[in-house]
Amino acid sequence: MIRPDAPVLLEIRDLTARVEDQPILKGVSLTIRAGEIHAVMGRNGSGKSTLSKVLAGHPAYTVTGGTVRYMGDDLLSLEPELRARAGLFLGFQYPVEIPGVSNLEFLRVATNARRAGKGEEELDTFAFEDLVRERLQVVQMDPAFLERSVNEGFSGGEKKRNEILQMALLEPLVAVLDETDSGLDIDALRIVAGGVNHLAGPDNATLLITHYQRLLDVITPDYVHVMAAGRILRTGGKELALELEERGYDWVDAELAALERTPAEVG
Amino acid sequence: MVAASLSTPTAAAAAAAGSWVAALLANATGGADALAASRERAAQALAQTPLPSRRVEAWRFTDLAPLTAVKPTLLSPAPGAQPETAAGSLRLNLDGHSDPLAGISLPAGLEPIGGDELNATLGQVLAATGSAELWPVLLNGATARNVLALRVRGTVATTLELVSDAGAGEGILPLRLLLVLEPEASLEVLQVHRSSGANLTSVVLEARLGEGAELRHGLLASGAETGCLLATVAVEQATGSRYSGVSAHGGWALGRLEPRLVQSEGAAHSALKALQLADGRQISDTHSQMVFEGPDGRLEQLHKAVADGQGRSVFNGAVKVPRLAQRTDAAQLSRNLLLSDRARIDTKPELEIVADDVRCAHGATVSRLEQDELFYLQSRGIAADQAARLLLRGFCEEVLQELPEAARPWQPLARLLGEQGR
Repeated sequence: MIRPDAPVLLEIRDLTARVEDQPILKGVSLTIRAGEIHAVMGRNGSGKSTLSKVLAGHPAYTVTGGTVRYMGDDLLSLEPELRARAGLFLGFQYPVEIPGVSNLEFLRVATNARRAGKGEEELDTFAFEDLVRERLQVVQMDPAFLERSVNEGFSGGEKKRNEILQMALLEPLVAVLDETDSGLDIDALRIVAGGVNHLAGPDNATLLITHYQRLLDVITPDYVHVMAAGRILRTGGKELALELEERGYDWVDAELAALERTPAEVG
Repeated sequence: MVAASLSTPTAAAAAAAGSWVAALLANATGGADALAASRERAAQALAQTPLPSRRVEAWRFTDLAPLTAVKPTLLSPAPGAQPETAAGSLRLNLDGHSDPLAGISLPAGLEPIGGDELNATLGQVLAATGSAELWPVLLNGATARNVLALRVRGTVATTLELVSDAGAGEGILPLRLLLVLEPEASLEVLQVHRSSGANLTSVVLEARLGEGAELRHGLLASGAETGCLLATVAVEQATGSRYSGVSAHGGWALGRLEPRLVQSEGAAHSALKALQLADGRQISDTHSQMVFEGPDGRLEQLHKAVADGQGRSVFNGAVKVPRLAQRTDAAQLSRNLLLSDRARIDTKPELEIVADDVRCAHGATVSRLEQDELFYLQSRGIAADQAARLLLRGFCEEVLQELPEAARPWQPLARLLGEQGR
């Protein structure tokens, strides 16, 4: 939902970043207001996953320029855990398996860290069990998954449901969902997308990073951004995603090539 | 105590070590109990066996200095505080002197072995597993005053909990255990050994498993900065038997565990799961040996280690598959977590395979905490140090959760990570 007067939650300006010696982001600018759903689309290697990891503070990526303001504060100066406690959430493309750490314990510690960030008191084991059982319904997840190690032996769909369960518990202000649709069959996609729709509200915002239109058939974005070679090439409404679906990414390559020939735009 | 040189002990240090054994023997031999004769034999052998030095392969990475710093005398520990016993388990306290069975009514299926039969049986499993001449076994044989010897018939529903606490006193606590499982017998045993001072807990368990017998064995040993542990677990398995050993030791200045298994006719199942921790300047060592003396045997072995501070972890896993042990299926995995730049991990599989139709897999990994795992936890609001703690606990739990249920009141994880009372 677009409301021009809604508060700005995330403001990315001319962001550049590299991994090892490889520049990946080459000047990304994006403004996200409360209530909005944004989609970033692009080919593999366009930098869209890097954008999500940089926002969450992954140590393998180095920011080389630009700014990111989150709720008016400098996001990039915060440790990853402080970003999370302040309400930034990254849904992983490949959720990590952690043998020996119980999913329930992990969810409780994470939820309490976020609650502390909001100035709320910690939930004890019993209160948390009640909460988690209620939130399980958002993703129609079997409570048996709480007793297992974090993501260990989960199928692709189960891992993604576990991500959305975490989102339901952490109640983020800005959720960045990296390729949440990848590896999902159509039923799992519907459940996961249903969870995202359920959690989206006027006070929070969602940034979907995706390769395919099919996620956007079930979650309607307010804005679609097309990314290539580390920049946002074009921004439009949901019809831009349909255009991409129809025409493929070849026109993006052509547009990019034209851009690279324009000296003023380079560097 | 600092040795002048670790790899080549000086003559003075060697002489001091020799006099340590001499002093110990002077203090520990004599007496007229049932073990007197075998103790005398072991004492003579010990006197003629040089103290293990780092020039011997089996002790190459394991410095004995913390051990020879222990006062060479027998220890009589006073009973310490203990948690409640878990439901369904029987706790026997071992102090090296008193009879652990005094005033105890044993559950159905367990009976003491004594007299001539004890003398005839004791040491047989040590011989069968090639353990009789090991220095820690000789040391135990030369000092132990009594033995807890039990025969097992049928399925024993009660878990046997064998508990010692060397406490804060100085000296040596020798413990000797013998279990004879009749064919088709089944038993669960948990050993718990603790120390809070400059002492040595020396424990030797012999277990003979008859055909089709099953022994589920746990060993939890947590020490103090100056305490030492030398534990030998010798197991002889007849066909169709199952032995499952789950061990966790850490916190000892020197803690060494030697599981020695033989499947005397093959066609048995052996499983070893172990966790060892070394922090500070501690040494945690496991030397395991599995011998298949017949075909169709199986081994599943997982050994995990954590080294932090200037701790040192040593694992040597020998698996012997002679020609007659065809169709052996053995898998060994060593997984190690290195948490500090100054810690050290030595891990070595030692496979001797002569039979040609076998499956023997082995692997070893040494790593730090996974960056991706840490980041995943941090991205959920969990601070880096807490995330590291969670990952470490997860690494340990994979083994600890396999300990017998009776271990739960002892809080193995908190005990080994030094978190009691938190």
